Amino acid sequence: MIDPKHMELLRFTTAGSVDDGKSTLIGRLLYDSKSIFEDQYEAVRESSERRGEVGVNLALLTDGLKAEREQGITIDVAYRYFSTPRRKFIIADTPGHIQYTRNMVTGASTANVALILIDARKGVLEQTRRHAFIASLLQIPHLVVCINKMDLVDYNQERYEEIKQEFEEFSYKLDVRDVHFIPISALNGDNVVDKSQNMPWYGGTTLLYYLENVHIGSDHNFIDCRFPVQYVVRPNTDDFHDYRGYAGRVAGGVFKRGDKVMLLPSGFTSKIAKIDTYDGELEEAYAPLSVTILLEDDLDLSRGDMIVRENNHPEVGQDMEVMVCWFHERPLQLRGKYTIQHTTQEARCVIREIRYKLDINSLHRNMVDQNIGMNDIARVAIRTTKPLFYDSYRKNRITGSVIFVDEGTNETVGAGMII
Amino acid sequence: MSYNLNHLKELESESIYIIREVAAQFERPVLMFSGGKDSILMVHLAMKAFYPAKIPFPLLHIDTGHNFPETIEFRDRLVEKTGAKLIVGSVQEAIDKGLVVEEKGFNASRNYLQTAALLEALEHGKYDAALGGGRRDEEKARAKERFFSHRDEFGQWDPKNQRPELWNIFNGKKHFGEHFRVFPISNWTELDVWMYIAQEKVELPSLYFAHQRQVFERDGILLADCEYINKRPEEESSTKTMTVRCRTIGDMTCTGVWQSEAATIEDIIKEVAAARQTERGGRADDKRSETAMEDRKKQGYF
Repeated sequence: MIDPKHMELLRFTTAGSVDDGKSTLIGRLLYDSKSIFEDQYEAVRESSERRGEVGVNLALLTDGLKAEREQGITIDVAYRYFSTPRRKFIIADTPGHIQYTRNMVTGASTANVALILIDARKGVLEQTRRHAFIASLLQIPHLVVCINKMDLVDYNQERYEEIKQEFEEFSYKLDVRDVHFIPISALNGDNVVDKSQNMPWYGGTTLLYYLENVHIGSDHNFIDCRFPVQYVVRPNTDDFHDYRGYAGRVAGGVFKRGDKVMLLPSGFTSKIAKIDTYDGELEEAYAPLSVTILLEDDLDLSRGDMIVRENNHPEVGQDMEVMVCWFHERPLQLRGKYTIQHTTQEARCVIREIRYKLDINSLHRNMVDQNIGMNDIARVAIRTTKPLFYDSYRKNRITGSVIFVDEGTNETVGAGMII
Repeated sequence: MSYNLNHLKELESESIYIIREVAAQFERPVLMFSGGKDSILMVHLAMKAFYPAKIPFPLLHIDTGHNFPETIEFRDRLVEKTGAKLIVGSVQEAIDKGLVVEEKGFNASRNYLQTAALLEALEHGKYDAALGGGRRDEEKARAKERFFSHRDEFGQWDPKNQRPELWNIFNGKKHFGEHFRVFPISNWTELDVWMYIAQEKVELPSLYFAHQRQVFERDGILLADCEYINKRPEEESSTKTMTVRCRTIGDMTCTGVWQSEAATIEDIIKEVAAARQTERGGRADDKRSETAMEDRKKQGYF
């Protein structure tokens, strides 16, 4: 019997093309953990047969849209779920083509682990570099590199070591903290769920074991207290006449009852009177809990404001440097104005300067090219209409991230990470 | 000191964040309530999100007129308990007004007609955000759905042109006349829902638990015998009493029931954990074509 009290949630992202065996790998994880249902499998088997494909095309499980099935490509991020008694997994499965950087960035934004697939016959490709770079740009805490199709290189250890070295040679330039390598064959199941009998030289764990055990307890920031106010709860009933609670989700640090806090932007100080929830009062609250904080003093505080500690507060300012990933066909406009969303705060901003455009394959900084189109990554300087309360993205993924919204169409046109 | 949340707590926290985001970003939100377990879960989460205040938006039920009677009884009790306002959009009224035409034949269902009644109710109430209990694990088109899903002035979904959704920043901006569908429990699976319902002791309609019922089989699905379905002669003669339960609850004409002895939530969790068929495997409305759900969603279905 499953004991939900001790099950954790792990989000991981996979990127790659069909050729890497990505669908096969996901299919195997789902199939071996009994997360594919008979009727789903039957429907996929029938569609594959109707298309005249050999075997069961497991990509059809995730490619849910008509247009995707027609063209045989993944257009959008697909979310898949499976669980083992230890953990529930959310897979953000993203297409790997260059034009889909935006999907990769989207999938990576909430992931604990990035899973990178390398074809053992081909070694490190441009696509591999791109995935690794995006994982580091988005600060995914753990990277697991699966060297796949080991069966096609006779389970050769030298080949594995060669690819591992090749990967490490360029990944040292990236900002990744934890990289792990596993030789697998997704097709035959070697080192996916069960330990391979074909690679006695490999002393490490299987992929599933890694995913079940990788330490994710420190993935959130538990040091720097940040509580963006999301909504003010005012019941206005006889029982709760003077109740004024600040609802939100802890973005960093640990808040305790009695803590002395500072409010932004006012700079006033107060104490936490109570951390309230429907299930009763809490002694402490930490990321990513949704709670309601009550203060001892009656102060003016509303959506977009932030509760922090007096001796540890975020940057407060209107000028910031941002790495932006552009999502829209209409290129980023220098001197252009956009709506910017940051935590629960909203402002307008102007793109003051384009510092450089980054070539995500070579990591070369192009200082001349000012044309930032769809799927491009660039460093820009922006100025906002009012102060934001922010940290560097490296310090806190929640208080360090922004999105850019086009003021005419309301579309999300870019994602930014504050430097 | 370890600050790990278990997976249900993390899902709950994510959903509450999204529900509060809707209350903060939109002027007139509404919660779509079908009477099924997912929408009952949504009401429970909304209660938690705004405690000790009441849920700051009404519930909207699209009544096909072909409900299981247990659903309506349960709905009315829940509304009384939460103090929420209930709005009912009626498919019968839409038919009477001539907005839609009733389907004919053996497979006639009002499932498709719900879309018109829903869009009419949203427009009439000037609702700019409709919260729903859709989950990505339910169906392949739903797997592509955003938390904040934009709908144009015709209520249509454009799956190829969705706004990217990053971190926990949600863009709910829209032009006048457009609206959003919001799915706070996108990341929950059927098993998560049941484990949470057990943990929180959420009350559910009796239909979810094993009971005796007159049923007959059509296209491999067991349907509850009722006055709303035209039966073929051979179906008439094969109708029999069985011990069954619902895994999803919709209109009586398209909700399959499952042979089951699961009488408690613990039994159900065991059954769901071992299940080899998806819960929508019993939904005749999904079986009309390979992309039945996507087609309906594009037109404005839930």
